[in-house]
Amino acid sequence: MSTVAVEATPTLPEVHYLNADYGWRSWLFTTDHKRIAWLYLFAITGFFAVGGLMATLMRLNLVEPQGLLMQPSSYDKLFSAHGLIMIFFFLAPSIPTVLGNFLIPIMIGARDVAFPKLNLLSWYIFMTAGTVFMLAVIRGGVDTGWTFYTPLSTTYANGHVLSAAVGIFISGFSSILTGLNFVVTIHKMRAPGMTWFRLPLFIWALYATSVIFILAMPVIAITLALIALERVFHVGIFDPALGGDPVLFQHLFWFFGHPEVYILILPSMGVMSELVAAGCRKRIFGYSFVAFSSVAIAAISFMVWGHHMFLSGQSLYAGFVFSALTFAVAIPSAIKVFNWTATMHKASVSYDTPMLYAIGFIGLFTIGGLTGLFLGSLGTDIHLHDTYFVVAHFHYIMVGGAIMGYLGGLHLWWPKMTGKLYPEAWARFACLLIFAGFNLTFGPQFILGYMGMPRRYSVYPPEFQVLNVMSSAGASILALGYFIPLIYFTWSAFKGPIAGPNPWGAKGLEWTIPSPPPTNNFDETPIVTEEAYAYGPQEAHVG
Amino acid sequence: MYMMWLNFPGQPPQASTFSVEWDYLYYFLTALTIFFSALIFIVIFYFAIKYRRRDKNEVPPQNEGNLPLELTWTIIPTLICVFVFVWSAQLFIRASSPPASATEIFVVGKQWMWKIQHPEGPREINQLHVPVHVPIKLTMTSEDVIHDFGVPAFRIKRDVVPGMYTTEWFEATETGQFHLFCDQFCGMGHSTMVGTIFVMSQEDYARWLASQLNSKPMFVSGERLFQQLGCNTCHTPEGKTGVPPLEGLYGSEVKLQNGKTVVADDAYLRESILGPEAIVGYPPTMPTYQGQMDEEDVLQLIAYVKSLGPSGERKATKQ
Repeated sequence: MSTVAVEATPTLPEVHYLNADYGWRSWLFTTDHKRIAWLYLFAITGFFAVGGLMATLMRLNLVEPQGLLMQPSSYDKLFSAHGLIMIFFFLAPSIPTVLGNFLIPIMIGARDVAFPKLNLLSWYIFMTAGTVFMLAVIRGGVDTGWTFYTPLSTTYANGHVLSAAVGIFISGFSSILTGLNFVVTIHKMRAPGMTWFRLPLFIWALYATSVIFILAMPVIAITLALIALERVFHVGIFDPALGGDPVLFQHLFWFFGHPEVYILILPSMGVMSELVAAGCRKRIFGYSFVAFSSVAIAAISFMVWGHHMFLSGQSLYAGFVFSALTFAVAIPSAIKVFNWTATMHKASVSYDTPMLYAIGFIGLFTIGGLTGLFLGSLGTDIHLHDTYFVVAHFHYIMVGGAIMGYLGGLHLWWPKMTGKLYPEAWARFACLLIFAGFNLTFGPQFILGYMGMPRRYSVYPPEFQVLNVMSSAGASILALGYFIPLIYFTWSAFKGPIAGPNPWGAKGLEWTIPSPPPTNNFDETPIVTEEAYAYGPQEAHVG
Repeated sequence: MYMMWLNFPGQPPQASTFSVEWDYLYYFLTALTIFFSALIFIVIFYFAIKYRRRDKNEVPPQNEGNLPLELTWTIIPTLICVFVFVWSAQLFIRASSPPASATEIFVVGKQWMWKIQHPEGPREINQLHVPVHVPIKLTMTSEDVIHDFGVPAFRIKRDVVPGMYTTEWFEATETGQFHLFCDQFCGMGHSTMVGTIFVMSQEDYARWLASQLNSKPMFVSGERLFQQLGCNTCHTPEGKTGVPPLEGLYGSEVKLQNGKTVVADDAYLRESILGPEAIVGYPPTMPTYQGQMDEEDVLQLIAYVKSLGPSGERKATKQ
């Protein structure tokens, strides 16, 4: 058995990217990918707090069957804004723009992304989009749900549909530019010797995500523009009263919308591979299967949109095709889960916070994925469609999967980003709290859905109360769980113990440079001579 | 509060033939989910404990992966998926094919209420009375936005889309009262767009129908509309040149101007009444009635045309 040396008394480097320059200009006009990552981190943490607060208010309202707090119209605006903020202003940017921005150049041995100024522009576009959208929310909000279904959104909704749509429209350009930047960076900026099959699996996942960004985001932009055309100029596109077709909107929306779902989860799968490898000090089992499953997911994700429309008046045969393709996209996800699990076999499994998040991810993602089968199969979808079962399913993927992955990644690379350690005990406690609170929040919603409670109801029949109360209780635990890391990360940034370059004894180029890294990442361009996760000799047999 | 816990919900009522079939697949998928989740959980916890890091500097032996293992966990899930796909597709076909003998009832969704019309005449709002053990086919459309007619106790649900007819069917097996929910978000009143399905014994249902005073059969109301709107000036019983005869039209095959042949069903008639400029197979001399009548009127006119069929019988409509 070989060993790695974990440094005993680490010290901070004298000059690094955080103290190389001071003043607000050095941040707001920076082209350093690491500083841009921080700009995004602050922005999306704000959006997450707002979106989370909205979820808390919704859960509070649902404690009483008649609604505890608010009028139905306020509730409608809350769940619409919650969905839009979480999807477009938190989850979609979360891992790509924070961890991706920080890590992609470092992991492939580059000094920055391919287009540093474009990278900063992406952030400004994102902030413009967020501002426009939040103004729409403050001025009265939008009450169409995040899906903008027509003709509700084009003819009947009274909210600020247009300004909200403009916000989403703009945010798409930020994602497109980020995706473009990453694709070019990964193609052209790899260090000598960093071949495709030596790339960390995080890079494969973000590459697949970036391709989806570039292909899917224009579709939502076009679709929102068509909504504006119909809403403002009454051009009949979607409203049958004007000669349009409401189901056409759903085709366009979900042609974007389902790939978008994979934009949210693929990066988290990439983080997972890094968490498991570092937490087990082991090469990921079946590296090429995990890598190609990311590509397969990205490709198939564009061909499953109709599974949102089994009951929408779509033809029976279209339903068969979309259902079959949906099963096809489930297989690569299952392959990933099996490979992560197999990596733990005969490993050195750490109980540090990042690995705890990884274990939590595998469990919750497994449940989320399997319950997806209920909705992807034509027959079972009939009764469960548009119920709380759907809400529970996608929160197991989006919160149980995507956010667990994001938080796990944040914990793994926090020492790299700040050069400081966080309090391990608090972090483990918060992780357990999030896991427990999450399951209490969304577990009962599966039963609610089977009982038939429709989603997006602000009032409901009294027999659903007990499950709603359980869910709301879970949400308060979950909220507390998310609050704790905010406190200890802030503390750690200023007062945390010094981490040193490689506190986890992990492999990867990012762990070979100081923490925090220098502005140029590498003093000399690294030359890569080994595969990712080269923790020891291959195929070693130790008794 | 205490009562709340006594009524801890487990399963919605199983009150239709379909609900039983549906629940079998649901149980199977639930068992599958529990089995695989438990398998993964147990393996993870076993590995996490057995192979826990015992020394902070230790590095375990490495391995590359294992092709037979990869193939195993690709092929087994694929086979399970194929099995579930076939089972659930059959279930979906059954849910989408109402028996030819089904009694037809008409549903119009409107922000935020359900308007129901029985062919015999009674009209209801947010209530639907049906007899037990009789297959019922619902033909549905919307006046405004997309709604969705879902009855959890029957495990049925289908979007109600403006501009087109969608259908669903059920055969109730239990008498009683069951929830009707709008399942597609339709604006401010969405969560109050709910109603009750009253499943009655066949005798009670007959008595209920008879007790609905002042209700004329739908085709009679349709005939009156037909006259009020002046349809009868062109569509005369003798027939005029360029005007299609309505007798025997319903259920017959019509040749369109683009050469295709369609069956003159509800959707075809609706299209012909509201949008004559659409491909209906005749010169577009008829003005459009879009905006001049609501969806319930259209359904009554269709019922009238239907009553003019050669045998006056209901034929299976294809959607």
